[in-house]
Formats: sequence, structure tokens, C-alpha cells
Amino acid sequence: MTAQAAAKGKPVDLLVDSKSRSPFENAWREFRRNRLAVVGAAIVILTVIVAFIAPLITPYNFYTQNTRENRAKPMTGYNISETHAELCTWYGTPLEWGCTVYLAGSDALGRDLYSRMIFGTRVSLAVAFVGSTVALVVGIILGTISGYFGGRVDNLIMRLVDFLYAIPLLPIIILMQVYFQALARQGVREGIAGVLIQMNQSMGGLLFLFIAIGILNWIGMARLARGQVLSYKHKEFIEAAESVGSSQSRIIFKHLLPNIFGPLLIAETLAIPAYIFTEAILSFIGLGVNPPIPSWGSMINDGYAGLRSNPHLVLVPGLALTFLTLAFNFMGDGLRDAFDPKMRGRI
Amino acid sequence: MTKFIIRRILVAIPVMFAIALATFLLVQALPGGPFDTVGQKAMPEHIRELLERRYGLDQPIYVQFFNYLGNLLQGDLGPMLRSSTDDVNDIVAQTFPVSIQLGLLSILLGFIIGIPTGILAALKHNSVVDSAATLIAVLGVSIPNLVLGPLLILIFGVWLGWLPIAFWGADPPFTLYFLPPLTSQFWTHAVLPVFAIGTGISAGVSRLTRAGLLEVLAEDYIRTARSKGLRERAVVSVHALKNSLIPVATVMGPLFAGAVTGSLIVEQIFAINGMGRRYIQSIGSREYFLLTSLTLVYSVVLIIGNIAVDVMYAWLDPRIRYD
Repeated sequence: MTAQAAAKGKPVDLLVDSKSRSPFENAWREFRRNRLAVVGAAIVILTVIVAFIAPLITPYNFYTQNTRENRAKPMTGYNISETHAELCTWYGTPLEWGCTVYLAGSDALGRDLYSRMIFGTRVSLAVAFVGSTVALVVGIILGTISGYFGGRVDNLIMRLVDFLYAIPLLPIIILMQVYFQALARQGVREGIAGVLIQMNQSMGGLLFLFIAIGILNWIGMARLARGQVLSYKHKEFIEAAESVGSSQSRIIFKHLLPNIFGPLLIAETLAIPAYIFTEAILSFIGLGVNPPIPSWGSMINDGYAGLRSNPHLVLVPGLALTFLTLAFNFMGDGLRDAFDPKMRGRI
Repeated sequence: MTKFIIRRILVAIPVMFAIALATFLLVQALPGGPFDTVGQKAMPEHIRELLERRYGLDQPIYVQFFNYLGNLLQGDLGPMLRSSTDDVNDIVAQTFPVSIQLGLLSILLGFIIGIPTGILAALKHNSVVDSAATLIAVLGVSIPNLVLGPLLILIFGVWLGWLPIAFWGADPPFTLYFLPPLTSQFWTHAVLPVFAIGTGISAGVSRLTRAGLLEVLAEDYIRTARSKGLRERAVVSVHALKNSLIPVATVMGPLFAGAVTGSLIVEQIFAINGMGRRYIQSIGSREYFLLTSLTLVYSVVLIIGNIAVDVMYAWLDPRIRYD
């Protein structure tokens, strides 16, 4: 910009970049320069869109079985009966050929793998966003309280965090999931447990998964939030706000939170792949969402026994999982690098 | 430093007590009991009561927990409810060394591959080597064990047939409790599972080493060292390296936990007779004592790992002082 100004013969006091940029604009420019990160973000947005319009782009529903055509290889055509063709949502449309070809093969019960993979994005994205939101909210609340008020409250919360750090997460999550599912199978209906179980069943088993993942993952966020609050607490503008007589809640909400929210959001984005993994692992063991709702982990579990002869049963959901986590990793890395002032100008 | 370690160990004791209590209550709350079925049929009621009385399961929960704690302090981890030949100590002796070997080998592989790769990527910053290494690193972090395991089995076990696809190469007892025997059978069996967990770890370590080294190389004291005329190799290895490993050390705790939990899945996939697989198998059969004891063993491993990580962190960064 300055070179252009000089070339046009404009006065040189335009050497200073006259456009003032907010930190967000700076970060957005840095983010755009990182091609991998942009690709990652695009894939994430695409996956969200796919999750919403899933019924439009899949020929079959995720539970439509066709046991005579089970374990079909990808891109194999077959002759289907009239009644079965009517189960296909593309029947009678120009895309009717999609009803006669299994795009990615079929699983052991004859369900279209491509459709299940698309519907599986819903589960993974739900876990990613809801789980991370729960962890973010709980972590920010506890971390800010702990960091701002200090003293005994801080001690108590930090003791709790240290205690939780020693817990082996996966075994406990597994136990909790078994407990919730056993309760659901018993048909408990009274009290809070009954209400929760009803909600869980209506969500296909997702609610308890969210609770389990959220409860045991807020710790890192709380520690980060506390550290950030501690580093901001002694800055002059907070002192100024206190001396003018701002109430504590005003200081927290108007001054502290907007400053610490950025790094926390980025850290949470970087933790999302772990949530997707955890859900896949739980579904792999059989403790995830209730069948027939497809989850990539449970699809891998179903297909694992036939790995030798039908590798596509494992590879299709596996590749989908890999791409989604790859996208989130690229996007998270790009966000972190874009907001880090030391990385400015360096890739 | 010793005071710090002792204090951490003392703090860990109530933590382990709380974990044991929580797990014990949680597994007892699971509907159904260990003696509900014999084979495919339901267990007759009076025999079930006899069995429960034999193992003390008919007593109030706090009495059961108290007895369990008492036995624990004497080194007895409890009985196995569905096996008449082993008790929990035997199961742990059979499976724990295998899990330790798997975990340690994976972490070792992670560092052996990750740190040199990160260093190389940082030294050749912004070149093709750097971009390739970063890409491979992110790929390695993104492919879950769940996918990498079957993929490795498919490529190296089924299609190429080079490596065995299941089981661990050696059975306990091992020398010094966890040192592996140096037989080819052990190493051929160990390659695939260790790679399945280790590549993920190495990818994370490589990213952090690269980021840390890049940050350190931009510091002023490195510029001083270079202007003094030191060879580049001396600059990197003597001055830059130790400080660049600090970000790696901060993440070692979660890394360790990740290796422990990652081995849970890999043990399922590769049918390795380790602690994780036993854990998952015994949930269905409601092995109360085994589950509680294994959770305790896991948390002991985590606590020791966290303490070791803090000690190493203090060694790497002399500015850190734990008083």
C-alpha cells in the first residue's frame, strides 16, 4: 500500500498504514494466508451443512435394511424390487440411478454405507459442538470464579481440579455409560433420573454421552481460564475499573471475559478432535449412541469382524473420521497461529 | 525437590481413596450382579445367595468397602468373582506388565520419531521438508487409533503378510517386571500395536518440538551464541534444545494419560491380553473387585506419571522451583 502510494507520487507521510485494524481483522488476515487452515475450516463448514441437509443428499435412510444385498462392495449395482425402491428417497427423481447402486457398499444388514456415513456426521458434530460448549461454559465459570476471587474458593476449586486430573478418564466414562444405559434398559421413569433417561432415549442415547464427556473434560478449560484471569487481574485497566467503583460482576463480564474468551475458544477448538475420538471409541466398544443411529465408531465396530474380506466396511467410516478430525486440527492450528502475535508473518 | 515429591505422594492418597470409593459405588450400582447367570440359564436363587455371602456381597456397602480397603492395605486386591483359580492379584500380574510394555514402547517410539522430526522441521523452516513434516504430523494426530489399527492390520498383516496381526509376543512374568524379552517373536508382534499408538504420540511431539524450537531460535541469546561464532550444531544442541523441549514437557501428562487410554482400544483391536481388554470384558460380568482395583492401578499410573512429568519439567526449566 505504501509502495503504491509512493509510485503514484503521493506524499510520503502515507508511509503509515492509515487503515486501523482491529485484532480480529489482523487475525482474519493471518488465518486467510494459511491455506491448510482455510481448507480445514471449509471442510468443517461443509460437514455442518451436510449434517443439516443429510436427508436430501442420501438415497436411503440410515435404517433401511435390505438383507439380501448385505456386504455389497462399493459401486456395485443390483436389481431391486419395486417395494424396496420406494424406500429410496431418490425414487422417481432424476437421481433414481442412485437407488440401484450402492455408492460405498452396504453393511452386514444391507444398509447403505454412504447414507449411514452422511448421517453419522450428525452424531460426531453434535458431540463436537455440544460437548465442547459444555466444557467451555463449565470451565470458564469455575476458572473465572477461582481466578478472580482467589483465596479459599480458588484453593477448593484447584484441589478439585487436581483430584480430577488423577482420574483415569476413559475407564470412568465407560463405567458411567454402562450405568446410564443399564438404567435406561430398566425403564426407570420416576424422579430426575427418569426424566433424564426419557430425554436420552429421545435423543438416541446422546444426552448421557454429552454429560459424560462434558463432565470429565472441563478441567483443562478451567485451568486455562484461571491462568488467563490471573494474568489479567493485575492489569491497570482492571484496577482503573475497580477504582471507579465498578461492581465485581461488571468487571468480570465487561472487562475480563471479552479478553480471555479468544484464547479459550481456540483451545477448545483444538480439543474438539479428542471429543470426536472419545465418542468413536465409546461407540466402538458399544457404549455410544443407541442403534440404529449410525455413529462412525459403531460402524467400524460392526465392520471390524469382516476386515479381511470387506475392508470398505471399516475404511469408509474410518476415512470420514480421519477427514473430520484433520479438518478440525488444521482449523484449530490456523486459528491459534492467527491469534498468536509472535507467529505474525511466519507460517 | 524431595519434599515436593513426598508432598505430592501424600496428597495422592486421599485422591486414590476417593477414586476407589467412587468406582466401588459405581460398579455396585450397575444393575444385575456377577452371579445372575450360569452359562445360559439363570442361577437358582439359593445358590446365588450362597455365592454372594461367600464373597461378602450381601453385607452393607460400607462394610464391603471397609473390608476391601483393609485387604488393599495388606496387598490383596480382592477376589475374582467368576474365576475360581485366580484372584485379582494374579490377573494384574498377567496383564499389567503387558500394558506397561505397550505403553512405554509407544511413548518411546513417539519420542524417537517425534523429536528428531520436529527438530528437522524447525531447522529447515519454511522449506519443503518443513511443510512435509508438518503435514505428516497433523495427519498422524488426526488418524485415530480406531482407524489406524485396522488399517495397519490390513496393509501389513493381511495384504503383505509381513507381521502377525494379533496377540502379544510374550507372556509375563518378565525380567524386572516389565523388561521385554529380546526375541524376534516379541518384536514382530509388538510392531503394529506400538505403531498404532506411537504414531499419534510422535505426531503431537513433533508439532510441539517444532513450535518450541522455532520460538527458542528467535530468542536473543541464540543470536548472541551465533554471533560469538559457535557452530550451528553447538548452538542448537547446547543452547536451544533443552529449552525447546519445555512445551513438550508441559503436555507429557496428558500424553501419558493418552497412551494409557489409547492402549485400551488397541488392546481390543489386536486382541492383546492387557489390562484394558480385561477391564472392558469384566464390566459385563460385573467383576466388582477387579474393576475397582484396575481403576486404582490406572490412577496410580497416572499419578506417578504426573509427578514424574513435574520433576522433569523442573529439570528442563531451572526457573521453576517447587518449594
